[in-house]
Parts: sequence; C-alpha cells; structure tokens
Amino acid sequence: MAIAIKVENVCKSYQITHKEERDVSFRETIIKNITEGFNKTKNLANRNSLLPAKKEEFKALQNLSFEVRQGERVGIIGRNGAGKSTLLKLLSRITEPTSGRISTKGRIASLLEVGTGFHPELTGRENIFLNGTILGMRRAEIKRKFDEIVSFAEIGKFLDTPVKRYSSGMYVRLAFAVAANLESEILVVDEVLAVGDDNFQRKCLGKMQQVSSEEGRTVLFVSHNMAAITKLCNKGILLNKGKVEVNSTIENVVDNYISTNFQNDLFILDENNDKEVYFQKIFLSRNSETPTNTFAFSDDIFCTFDIDSKEVIKDATLTFIIRDRNLSPLFSDHKPLSNYKGRLIAVIPKKILLPGKYYIQSMLHVPNVRFLDNNEDYINFTIEETGSKNSIYNTDLGFVNIPVLWQ
Amino acid sequence: MAENVAEFDLIIEPGRSERNYWNDIWRFRELFFFMAWRDILVRYKQTAIGLAWSIIRPVLTMLVFTIVFGRLAKLPSEGVPYPILVFSALLPWQFFSTSFTDASNSLISNSNMLTKIYFPRLIIPVSTVIVNLLDFLISFVILLCLMLWYHFSPSINILFLPFFIFLTMLTVFGTGLYVAALNVKYRDFKYIVPFVVQFGLYICPVGFSSNVVPEKWKLLYSLNPLVGIIDGFRWCILGGNNQIYLPGMFLSIGIVVLLLIFGIRYFRKVEKKFADII
Repeated sequence: MAIAIKVENVCKSYQITHKEERDVSFRETIIKNITEGFNKTKNLANRNSLLPAKKEEFKALQNLSFEVRQGERVGIIGRNGAGKSTLLKLLSRITEPTSGRISTKGRIASLLEVGTGFHPELTGRENIFLNGTILGMRRAEIKRKFDEIVSFAEIGKFLDTPVKRYSSGMYVRLAFAVAANLESEILVVDEVLAVGDDNFQRKCLGKMQQVSSEEGRTVLFVSHNMAAITKLCNKGILLNKGKVEVNSTIENVVDNYISTNFQNDLFILDENNDKEVYFQKIFLSRNSETPTNTFAFSDDIFCTFDIDSKEVIKDATLTFIIRDRNLSPLFSDHKPLSNYKGRLIAVIPKKILLPGKYYIQSMLHVPNVRFLDNNEDYINFTIEETGSKNSIYNTDLGFVNIPVLWQ
Repeated sequence: MAENVAEFDLIIEPGRSERNYWNDIWRFRELFFFMAWRDILVRYKQTAIGLAWSIIRPVLTMLVFTIVFGRLAKLPSEGVPYPILVFSALLPWQFFSTSFTDASNSLISNSNMLTKIYFPRLIIPVSTVIVNLLDFLISFVILLCLMLWYHFSPSINILFLPFFIFLTMLTVFGTGLYVAALNVKYRDFKYIVPFVVQFGLYICPVGFSSNVVPEKWKLLYSLNPLVGIIDGFRWCILGGNNQIYLPGMFLSIGIVVLLLIFGIRYFRKVEKKFADII
C-alpha cells in the first residue's frame, strides 16, 4: 500500500511567557517599543527593565516521524499535553510546524470539532451547505450527498428549523453527518465521539469503520476512549511529551499506554507539593493496612486517602471514580472534607464489582470551581473470580452486581 | 519503497503555505461566497422589521444632519437640496464605517473557525464587506427616490460612481485588514474602532460640504482618504456645481493604495500565528 501520510522530523514549539497570565495590551507593546528604541539609541545597558518577562520555548512536538499507509486506521493515544492536538492541528494546516515536513497524499478532511462554523440562527439545510463548504466540499458535491447527510443525521422534519432550536443530540448528529460524508482520502478526527449518546457513538464508529474498510480511506483518530479506539483502529501511535513512544498495532499501543500510565498500586506524592490541598498517599487494601491490588469477589475494598494541606479551602471535596478496563467511568462517590490533614477511608462493599480489571481515579476539588489535586495516575486493581453468579458463563456480563429481586 | 516528493500532493512545512497563498484563495472561493451568504442570511434573522433597518438608519441620520447642519447651522448647500447633499456623502460613509467595524471584529467573532479549520484567513474580513455592499445598494435606491422627490437629475458624472465605490472598498480592505489583524493580538481595538467611527462622522465632510474647509487646509484635510471618496461621490451624483479638488483627490487615492499595501502585508505576516494567539 502506498504511503498516505509521511511525517519527518516535525517540531512545533510555542513561546510561553512567564510573567503574568494576561493578554498583552497594545499600550504595553507601544511602551516597550518606545523604551527599547530609546534605550538602543542611548545605548543603555538596562534594557528590558520595564518588562522583565521571561520567554521560554515550549516544545509541543519534538522530532516527530512516522508513516501512515493508505487505508490504515490509526489511533493516536497519549496523556493530556502529549502533543496529540498539536499534531492534528499541523495535519489540518491550522498552524505551521516550526521545522520538519509532513507530506500527504489525497484530500484531508479534518474534524477537530463537530459543527465548526455552524450558525445557530441558520436552518439545518443552510448549515449543511455552510459547514460542508467550510470543510472543503464543493457545492455540487454537497448537493449530491445531501439526502445521505439528512438521513444519517436523522433530523427529517427539522431540516428547515434554525439549529439553535435543535437538541444537542440532533446538533451533533447533523454536524458529524456532514463531515462523515465528505469525499476525502484522509479523515482526521479528534475526540468528537466524546459528545452524543451511546447510540450515536456506535453509529459514528460504524460509519468511520465503513469509510475506512469499504472505501479504503485513511483514518487518524484521537480519543481517550480506549474501547472506541481499539474497536475502530488497526494501528496505534503512542505519544509522550511530544515524541513517538510506541508505533505498533493498536492492541500493543493500548496495552503499553495503560500499563505505563495506570499501573501504580500505591503511590506517594512528594511532601514539598505546591498545592494547597493534596494527596500524600493513596492505596487500596483488604483491611486498611497492607496495600494490595488483587481482591476476591467477596472482599471489601478499602480505599485509603492520606490528605495533607497548607491551608483550609472552603468546600474542598474528595471524589473518586471507579473505571472499567476501558477507562469508562462506572460509578463515583464524593466526600466534602471536614479535616484537612489526615486519613479518609472509603469502603466499597464486597460483591459489588464483578470479576475483572478496574481503575480508581481520585481527585480533590472545589466542585464545579477548580481542581486542587487531580492526579492522572490511576490505581488499577483486579477482582478475581472467586464465585460470582456469572462464574459459570463465558460471555461478558457487565461490571456490577446488583441484588435484583425476583417475584 | 522509494517515494519522492512528487507523489504527494500536499506538503506541509514551514513557509510553504506562504507560497501557495493566492492559489489557495482561489481554491477557497466558494467559502468566500458562503461566508458572505451566511452573514447576509443571519443579519436580519429574528428582527421584527428585518430589511427595513437598512432603510431606517440612513434616512434618520440624513434627517438629523439636514436639520442640524442645513437648517440650524445654515451651512451652504452648493445649490442642491440639503438632504441630497447629505445623503450622497452618507452612502460612502455608512458603507465604510459599517464594513470597517465588521471587518475589524470578523476574526474575533469567527475565532472558533480559525482554530479548527484551515483556509486563507483573508477570506473572513473580506467577505464581511459583501454584506455591507448589499446595504449600500439599498441606500442607493433611497437616494434615487430622494432625487425623484426633489426632481433632481444627476449629471453624466454618475458614470464614474463605480470607480469611487471600488475605491471605498479598497479603503475598507486596507484599514479593515490591518485592524482585524491587530485585534487578534490586542483587544484594545475593540474599544478603539467604535470611537474612531463615531469621531470620523464629524471629521469627514458628511454633514457639510468640504468647501466649508478653508482653501489652505484642503490638502491637509485630504490626508483623510474618506474626504477624497466623499468628494468623489458628490461630484458623481450632484454634478457640475461640485468641482473636484484634484490634488486632494490624488492624495486620497495615494493614501488608499498605501493603506491597502501595508494592510495586506501586515495581515499576511501575522495570519500564520492567528490560531496560536487568538
């Protein structure tokens, strides 16, 4: 198969200013230019005295190189800040690389957001044409695809209603429908599946699979949803700090990502933390003493959180989320802090989680206001099959055991 | 497998989009029309009297100016009905001021497109001018009605009007592109633009004839390109009595051309960074 995308030694760096986080105002620039010019002519040594802003280069991508062959479906995985979005922005030509070269063959349709350029006052019909054009379709092409778009979006009789009156589901469906029907050889998709309901997500995945396998299009897909990415992609690229860490089959890449990022069964954050309230230590155990990450179906799970703080923050709350093996959240619980130093223990009663692999994510936050300590490291743990009601069945029967009443 | 560059049809590397710039603009011409079409559609949606706003605004301004400058201040009217004198200047002024304002804000109000989609950024500010051209045409019809009412027939000079309309557009592009690009980085222009526009209405010879300005200041006055344009419009519409002041006219045209060159150059210089700093 021919190469569809070839990335060679691509770097992208941003200038970040370490002064204060606010917009540069016109006045500052003028003053700076004047003083600098003034100082230059007087040849004074104390330049920059007015604006002691330190500029630093932040390297979002460093010497990135990889190749994608035609018809491949590549999942791009990495933590926040690994450079995934920057890579997609370069591919979609929104910004230019600082150095290096990307060569592509065929038209690229990039879907970094659903409904870019949608105007709330315009009707569905008008938005199809507008959005299609923005994505790079010709008018004739949109006309040809129009019926297909409308039927995929399932908006039927709302076609001539302004989209501001659409439900958010309809809005997303319409936006995706336009993009998915774009006749492009390469489709670049960023996390769009995070929106919309389950049914729709499945439909989108199906559509993307279809365009890739039946029409031989190349797909680049960024997502945090490991289930979706494993289902759709056949190859994967793991990015870490702007570099390619693993480039292999999707199974290898996902395994690698999960095992390197979510394997700590116990972790201690350093004492000199600059956060106001933070976790000192988090671990799971059977009896609140010895840390472990393997439990029997009939074990209570003790989640121990040691918290320390520099000051008292009003409304600080501890939240933990139990996630399944694909990192989808199963359930969560919250506890407003009453004591800002010391130990909190949450007990997940036995026989709730069915045998399988799980992750626990924990955070300290002021609800809906800000995060105090949001650790991206999840602790993983396993529930062993020690006699759950599903033990005699082979199929996947879910994650949670609920005492159901039969009558 | 030995691939060479020729097999690929898109190369992304530093400075590459610079070279294909005008090609890209041509490729994205449909987007340009759709952006203009969108702005036209959206402009009067959910307004009760819709397009009538394009008529009410200039007519009311004209009435106020006629009363204040013509009746109260008793400024000379060059032998034409004062409403027509005012309206022939309001046409280019309103076209300029609304397009300039819209163009300046266009990048900010479409920031989500800038950060998510690639296209030559020049399309956005330029397409906003089209909408205002439509308003301009509506105003022009009002002027024709006024002329019928006063039994005023235009001179042959009116054939030159398209040239001055074009000149107005160039002025909008020059100033609008510059300010739109500056606005991305310095939001100060959000406050400067309305101020400049408000101020300009009194600096430009809209409510009065530019003959009110003493002869020795005329050349200086023509440094404002709108002066040349407004005089041009009056000369086309009102005809003979309004002699064109040629040195001033050429100065105004020269300034427009300079503005345009610097506007486009500055815009192109900074547009690559729009997505990073907006």
